[in-house]
Amino acid sequence: MDLFSDFRDPELCRSLLEQAREACADGLRFMEVCGTHTVSIFQSGLHSLLPDGVVHLTGPGCPVCVTHESEVAAYLQAAGMDGVILATFGDLMKVPGPGGASLKSAQAEGARVKVVYSPTDALKLASDNPDDTVVFIGVGFETTAPGMAATVKMARAQGVENFKVLSFHKLVPPALRALLAGGEVDIDAFILPGHVSAVIGVEPYRFLADEFGVPSVAAGFEPADILQGLIMLAGMRKAGRAEVANQYTRVVTETGNAKALALMDEVFDSSDALWRGIGEIPGSGLRFADTWAEFDALAALGLELPEAKPLPGCRCGEVLKGLITPAQCPLFKTKCTPASPVGPCMVSNEGSCAAYFKYDMEAA
Amino acid sequence: MTRPERVLLDYGSGGLASQRLVSELFLAAFDNPELSRLNDAAVLDISGPVAVSTDSFTVDPIFFPGGDIGSLAVHGTVNDVAMLGAVPKYLTCGFIIEEGLPMADLERVVASMAAAAKQAGVAVVTGDTKVVPRGAADKLFINTTGIGEIVAQPAPSADLAASGDAVLVTGTMGDHGLTILAQREGLDFQAQVESDSAALNHLILRLIEEIPQVHVLRDPTRGGLATTLGEIAISSSMGILVEEADMPVREAVRSGCSFLGLDPLYLANEGKFICILPEEHADKALEIMRADPLGAEARRIGSVTEEHPGKVVMRTPMGGKRLLGMLEGEQLPRIC
Repeated sequence: MDLFSDFRDPELCRSLLEQAREACADGLRFMEVCGTHTVSIFQSGLHSLLPDGVVHLTGPGCPVCVTHESEVAAYLQAAGMDGVILATFGDLMKVPGPGGASLKSAQAEGARVKVVYSPTDALKLASDNPDDTVVFIGVGFETTAPGMAATVKMARAQGVENFKVLSFHKLVPPALRALLAGGEVDIDAFILPGHVSAVIGVEPYRFLADEFGVPSVAAGFEPADILQGLIMLAGMRKAGRAEVANQYTRVVTETGNAKALALMDEVFDSSDALWRGIGEIPGSGLRFADTWAEFDALAALGLELPEAKPLPGCRCGEVLKGLITPAQCPLFKTKCTPASPVGPCMVSNEGSCAAYFKYDMEAA
Repeated sequence: MTRPERVLLDYGSGGLASQRLVSELFLAAFDNPELSRLNDAAVLDISGPVAVSTDSFTVDPIFFPGGDIGSLAVHGTVNDVAMLGAVPKYLTCGFIIEEGLPMADLERVVASMAAAAKQAGVAVVTGDTKVVPRGAADKLFINTTGIGEIVAQPAPSADLAASGDAVLVTGTMGDHGLTILAQREGLDFQAQVESDSAALNHLILRLIEEIPQVHVLRDPTRGGLATTLGEIAISSSMGILVEEADMPVREAVRSGCSFLGLDPLYLANEGKFICILPEEHADKALEIMRADPLGAEARRIGSVTEEHPGKVVMRTPMGGKRLLGMLEGEQLPRIC
């Protein structure tokens, strides 16, 4: 079986779409918690094909969108420091910080910022520039944290002492718990993030069903995966069952990737973390374990997370919690566009506001 | 006298060193009577209406699979002139060279330009050379201006797209853009990707001679197919409906883009064009394109409609519709 094309097969998708329409006849408010799902649902046209009564909400699954204002302010401070080269994934370049500055504008003013494709690229940058401190912005979920941990181990093995990391990594299960425990969210079911689940498995999500009674399915990213996930969720709901199921069995196991988890455990400790629009969530971040503290960029640069207020009028927080759709934000398409984004949900390729702006026929 | 191994500031002085570089390298490579006169300006034998286009090439790296900055500087400008239904005849060429550039690299680029110009049938009739201190430019920048005689009447233009027209492309999308990105960033894909850089003027001339009713010709360079179609939709105040299933994208490009979180429909092409023409001529146009190696993979991708004026809409294989917007800034790879 071809892992890509077969799951995009139009005939298969059309058949699954019919089944999903039937299964979801009573309606379904589902939230997906992964930017790649957000984009896939729009790019495949599935968003426009979902029947009335099926409500698609995008949760806090875009790593750029959930990066807190304080974290943005901190890395912008680092970008202005002498002797610092800031290495980052491309998504973060345009995220506006407090006051509207971004890495793009910092770069134009002379900050040394380098877009890299992996943490190992940043490590090489450090090896190639021994007189500078290379600071990598460690943003992302469980998907990217193991790679970060492996890179830090590599740095120590190679004796690269000028490589530091701003560890703003975040963990998905504590965020989902906080969303549900907050009591504001009105959803019937979760589509769980496929990439994160590949690392942690489905076991850590059991509480969604057991404690909150919310059916959840870890799903892949092809249209057929998502449709099958919806059919599974609707089936559970109809039967009055809440389970945590795995649709993405070709990638996701029950207990996840043991090697990746061991790497994360070795290098990081869980910590409280700030989420944009949500606030502090206990145990939802990763900071360096004491034995790896020499890689902590905050300590190395003498930085603390500054107090930073949300951007005036920006409702990205409510979008991330599924309380409103992007079009319900008064700034959407007026003051906030991809050309001039106010909030991160409009900046990131995987942000829900950007997805509505770029792909949705009705919102446009 | 032997040339130093690297370009020195002296070569931009305007003195004897400059003259030696011009006569020994550029005149020899671009060999034609008008250039050899070395007057302050070139006298051209051309009759109007005339199409003129200029472009500056700053590509990094300057050598890449499928081409280099020299051939690209010829192809890019020749194609821009040809898209107006013109026959490109002359090029001007300005070099901005960073002090210290290996002389062998400059010689290789100039030889490549000369070969590309010969193949395209254009003469480089005047030029300029500047050498700037190390660090003031990145290796080599080239500006080319192209001049051609318009033969299509009326000249194809983005505002001429009309309801019911067929939208064709001459081949796969994103090859050049992904190749440059992969080379620049040292990305190693399992499958090889190669730039499609090529001069399209001969194919375009055959097309417009046989089908004078062509409404629009555009090469989807920076911003890619999606952005160029968007520009056509806005210029013509028409909607464009394209079929995702019919978008030609090489598997290596598709998988490379998937890995990086990029969309091939927004990546640059340097050897493809979009042709929009009345429906009844679409099959004939495809036949002409496919008879040429540069259009062997030509296909129809959609139609011009009165719905959604100013917008491009893509129908997905599942039957859903979504906007295909224009590129905002540059495409940036995603986190995961």
